[in-house]
This record gives sequence, structure tokens and C-alpha cells, in this order.
Amino acid sequence: MSFKAKEQKMELNELSIKLATFEVEGVSFESFLIASEDAQEVLQVIVDGNDELPIFVTQTDEQLLCISYLFSESEVKAELKNELNEALLRLNVPIPLSAFAKIDDKYAIFGALSVSSSFDDITHELVTLADNAIDSLDAVTAYLNE
Amino acid sequence: MSILKKLFTAVRGGAREVGESIVDANGIRIFEQEIADAQNALQKAKKSLTEVMAKEMQCKRKVSALNSSISEHEEYAGQALSQDNEALAIEIAEKIGDFETEKSEQEQVLSGFSNHIVALKQQVKEAEKTIKENQRQLTMVKTTESVQKATMAVNSTLNTNESSMTSARASLDRIKQRQLDRQDELSAAKQLESASNGDDLKAKMAEAGIGGSNTKNSDILARIKAKQGK
Repeated sequence: MSFKAKEQKMELNELSIKLATFEVEGVSFESFLIASEDAQEVLQVIVDGNDELPIFVTQTDEQLLCISYLFSESEVKAELKNELNEALLRLNVPIPLSAFAKIDDKYAIFGALSVSSSFDDITHELVTLADNAIDSLDAVTAYLNE
Repeated sequence: MSILKKLFTAVRGGAREVGESIVDANGIRIFEQEIADAQNALQKAKKSLTEVMAKEMQCKRKVSALNSSISEHEEYAGQALSQDNEALAIEIAEKIGDFETEKSEQEQVLSGFSNHIVALKQQVKEAEKTIKENQRQLTMVKTTESVQKATMAVNSTLNTNESSMTSARASLDRIKQRQLDRQDELSAAKQLESASNGDDLKAKMAEAGIGGSNTKNSDILARIKAKQGK
């Protein structure tokens, strides 16, 4: 188990280093590794300078999870909550590569990749997720409190 | 109950941390144990299946050997009868009777084996199904557990730098502003570049017909004609 954890750390570290020197689709990355108390590493990635919507990358045995938090439940206009949930559910399929989710009281957009994904796959996912996050936020502002 | 159903129930019951109440080390151990048991059963069933199939083949061979012995001896009995040797024919007939008794015994054993094989094949199929199903469930349990760990880690990260989760509107505004700034910078840079290249001035001068080093086609033609004229 500890061996596995070490391996994961290596890979996220490696990803972080590669991202720092990489530019794809005219976009640059900033990333830093966050070690948390329960030994589950999180890589925080900022795409194209948008540090308001960081992407958190974590690795499990099966998948590489890329999560970006969009807004809190408390920001949603109470009377429009059901409508928003319905809309997000309907958008899940058409939106490329990403899906909406709720983690605790926060709405999020995420993408899951196979752990064997190539570096190009990962960067493409990150760029797409970042774009999707901004577009989604832009699209749902009508549902959010002023 | 399937894991997914349990997770659904937990979410409906208001569990915030999906999987918290379901996924524990114990649950994973139980699944792993069930898979190991089923794999053991599968191994055993497969081993006895090969044994029984081998026995069935032996048995079939015996039956066919007896069949040929019987027909062989029927031939002998016929020959004895054609020689009017009744006594020998009876003796041969007795032998055939022995063969037939043995054959029916062997056939009984054979059908026992055949039934056993059907049952064992069923067992193998069931064990394989159980293993596959449990492995699917185990994968789901493990995924749920690791995803939960991952999101918890992300969450604690998020809570330590609360600034990054202010208001979604404010975030969006800042991002849009940045994009706008970047566009402005880009077009400003373009302007600056063309100005420093002198493109700007040249373009203006050309427009005014000043300093035009651009020789026109007609000028070139005139020059060539002048040369020819010499």
C-alpha cells in the first residue's frame, strides 16, 4: 500500500514538473502538489492564469480525477435550485469530456481519465475542463444570487 | 443489495460523504473473501470435472470394447451353430450374457458420470458468475472509497485556501476581465509592433506617394523599352 502511495506521488509530481514546462493549445499551466494529512496527494492546476477556478487532480487505483469547484449551494437562488439541477443533469451528456457533480455542498465539474492516459490526454482534459468550467459558470449565473 | 443501491440509499438518506457509511475495510474484506472462496470452489469444480471427464472416457471405451466383444462372440456362436455344435454355441452364448451384464453395469456407471459432468459444468459456470459479480462490486466499493478519499483531500485543500472559493460570480467577473485585458494587451502589442517596424509610417507614406520604392510594372517595361531603343 505504501509502495502504491509512493508510486502515485511520483506520477503527480512528474505531471506537475511536465506541466510547468509545457504549453498546449496556446495555454500555459501552473501547478503545485498539495500533500494532505491522509496521504492522498492533490495536484492543484491553474490553467491559463485563471486561479479563480483551479483544477484539482487526484489519482486513485483506477482513475485520474480532475475536479473544478464551480459554486456553493448557498449561492444558488433557492427558487431555481430544482431547475438548475435539472439543467445540469441534462447538460451532462452534451458537454464534452466533463460532467457536473456535487461534492458536499459544492457544485463541481469534473473529468475522469484512465490512469494509463498519456500526458497529451491529460493536458487536453485539463484545458477542456478549464474552458468548460468558465463556460458553465457563465451559463448558470442566472441561477446564482446577485 | 448491490453497492450502487446502497450508495443511492445513503445519498437519499442525506449522507454527505457518499460511501462513508457503506465502505469500510470490513466490507472490502468480505468481498475479497467471497471472491477467494468462489475461486477455490471454481478450482475444485474444474479439477473434479477433468477427473470425471477422464473416467467417462474410460467408461465409454470399455462399453465400446464390450460391444465389439459381443458382436465378435455372436459371430462365433453363429459359426458354432453352423457346425451343429450346440454345446459350444450355448457356452459362447453364456459368455455373451456375461459381456452384456458387464456392459449394462458400465452403462449405468457411464450415465452417472455424464450426470456428474453436467452438474460440475453448472457449478463452474455459477462460480465464474459469482466471481465476476463480486469483482464488479468490489471495484465499485474500492472506487467509491478512493474517490471519497480524493474528494476529501481536495476539500481540505479548498478549505485551507478559502479565498479561492469566494463567490462564483466574482470569480467569473475576474476571469472575464482577465480575458478582456489579455485581448487588449494583444492588440496593443500588435500596434506597437507594427509601429516599431515602421510598417505604419511606410504605409502612410506609400499612401501619400512619398518615398515609394515600389517600382511599378509600367516603369520596368519603360526601362526595358528604353534599353532596346539604344
